[in-house]
Amino acid sequence: MSEILSTAVVKQRSGLPKRLLGHDAIIIYTLILVIIIASFTVKFFAGPLTVGFLLIQVIPILLIAMPMALVIISEEIDLSVASIAGLTSAVMGVLWRDSGWDIGFVIVASIFVGVICGAFNGFLITVVGLPSLAVTIGTLALFRGLALVVIGDQKVANFPKELNQFVLSKIGATGIPVVMIFVVVIIAIFAIILHFTPFGRGLYALGHSKEAAAFVGIRVGVAKFWLFIGTGVVSSIVGVFLTLRLASAGPDNGTGMELSVIAAVLLGGVSIFGGRGTIPGVVGGVLLIGVLTYALRLAKVPETALIIVTGSLLVISVVAPSVTAWARERMRLARLHKEVQGSSTPGPISA
Amino acid sequence: MTTALHFFRARGVPVAGALVALIIVTSIVNPRFLSPQSVKDLMLNATIVIILAVGQALVIITRNVDLSIGSILGLVAFGTGSLFNAFPGVPIPLVFVAGMIFGALLGAINGFLVTAAKVPALVITLGTMYIFRGVLTSWAGSKQYFSGDNPKEFGALSVDTFFGFPIITLVAIVVVAAVALYMQYMRAGRDLYAIGSAPDAAKLFGIRVTPRVLAAFIASGALTGLAGVLYTSRYNSVGALTGTGLELDVVAAVVVGGVAISGGTGTVVGAAIGAVLLSTITSSLTATRVDKFWQQAIVGVLILSAILIDRIVSLRNAKKLRVSEARDV
Repeated sequence: MSEILSTAVVKQRSGLPKRLLGHDAIIIYTLILVIIIASFTVKFFAGPLTVGFLLIQVIPILLIAMPMALVIISEEIDLSVASIAGLTSAVMGVLWRDSGWDIGFVIVASIFVGVICGAFNGFLITVVGLPSLAVTIGTLALFRGLALVVIGDQKVANFPKELNQFVLSKIGATGIPVVMIFVVVIIAIFAIILHFTPFGRGLYALGHSKEAAAFVGIRVGVAKFWLFIGTGVVSSIVGVFLTLRLASAGPDNGTGMELSVIAAVLLGGVSIFGGRGTIPGVVGGVLLIGVLTYALRLAKVPETALIIVTGSLLVISVVAPSVTAWARERMRLARLHKEVQGSSTPGPISA
Repeated sequence: MTTALHFFRARGVPVAGALVALIIVTSIVNPRFLSPQSVKDLMLNATIVIILAVGQALVIITRNVDLSIGSILGLVAFGTGSLFNAFPGVPIPLVFVAGMIFGALLGAINGFLVTAAKVPALVITLGTMYIFRGVLTSWAGSKQYFSGDNPKEFGALSVDTFFGFPIITLVAIVVVAAVALYMQYMRAGRDLYAIGSAPDAAKLFGIRVTPRVLAAFIASGALTGLAGVLYTSRYNSVGALTGTGLELDVVAAVVVGGVAISGGTGTVVGAAIGAVLLSTITSSLTATRVDKFWQQAIVGVLILSAILIDRIVSLRNAKKLRVSEARDV
């Protein structure tokens, strides 16, 4: 009787607390804690302007982080995202200046840039079989280079004013940007794909073992190809967003963003080894970096110290699990050692 | 010997061939491309990337990567400027030693985090890239040191030549030769290849993986430190932004030079040639009056062709191995 009871307790413990003590939960607690502390200690943080400024700042990273999470969960990486955004911005600028098309058509055509870039990455990685890290370092340079070829060092700035105002407009008095509705829809789409479809579950399998995934019937190549199309399209959407927000199309829009995105995704609990990570965790990771940066900036912490915070968060978030795992393993081995020594019969276990 | 020859034929020659072809074509279009002054500029431009590429190659061969080198170079370069500012009479050899030790310490932080935490180097060095850059920007603020503030003899290192070679380029050549010999003939060097091809097998074979990987990071840090000191000698000013974005250029040079990003293959000579190729392209586009906007796109195409060639060669080698093994049985 007592035995049954204890196993029941153990089972319960491994269910709910696991979710409440997991990596993404810890990130979300930290995020809430930072928001509470900042509201009390930083002047002007708890105001309506905060939400708007903060969200407008994090939207590009938040958007790209979604497909990037899926890519990293399936044990690949895409470093070319910021260059795709830049190329999109350049193409959009030139089309708007020279083609005389309607702005809606220009935007659709610009987003098509992401489809092509993503397909190019996907082709080299899945069909030719090249490592994604190397391929996307190459396309990082190639796409940014093409952006320069397309638009040179010029800027196009005469986009319709209404669109620029629309991107910056807020929902009533909440301070939340209207664009945020689209962002939430995109986050929801990726959350559903990853957590509630066979395709998404397959990505975890893919991240754990490609061979095993292939054996259980996942079409590895096809799945990965779609993921790179995903990062391409979302990067292009971000390129359009950046162009409209800055009211300027240039070849250098979004430069260097790829590393910020990856830092946020990893901070959000996605394992670089693949096979682990959740969308809520990633959203938490992006917002944590965003809120912390914004609060410190308001508190007049010099801009320079901010990147130290980003870097340290990233290192701590990956080192901490390893350290606790190591400590736990040591304790387990010590206990095992004691048990083996305690029993008189020499067991087969040797620590 | 034949296998060594085969190895060289497979990895090094295409890159060197591309470099030679590039130089020949450019000099036909614009004969002034090979004028003594222009050649000297070519060598000076390549010097710093060569040294960085050698360090990075050591790390990539062990199946790791170091993205923090741009920040390390910035820290050491600014440190060199401050050192001359604080002690105007400091002996120049001492400055080099100090810079390399500083770089080695920063590399040791990377190496320690990577080996102790068993987290991929990509993540750790992405983090330390931010941290080192943050430390540098807090330290430097808006301050810059200009080449005029340094002793004349120090600046002269990148102006004076010895048999037509700028002195700092000779330093780079010595570094390439020394590291290449070490990697080819010393036990520790061969161990790095073994670790990069199969870390678990290397461990089972009795190679002490942790100290070797740590050493690779320290060596890369020290070489980056050397490059940082030379940077201060070569360029007009050093400040908070020095070296930003250099990491991907260097990784690109190493990959173009035939060092596989998945570790275990490639040579530091190849990496150095890759660095020369990438820095020569810039000058050669200017010399042939190709639109300068094409430069980065061409670099991208080069990187992609390098990994494609790599893939084809390794597929062919694998096939050859299978055939020869089948014959032996």
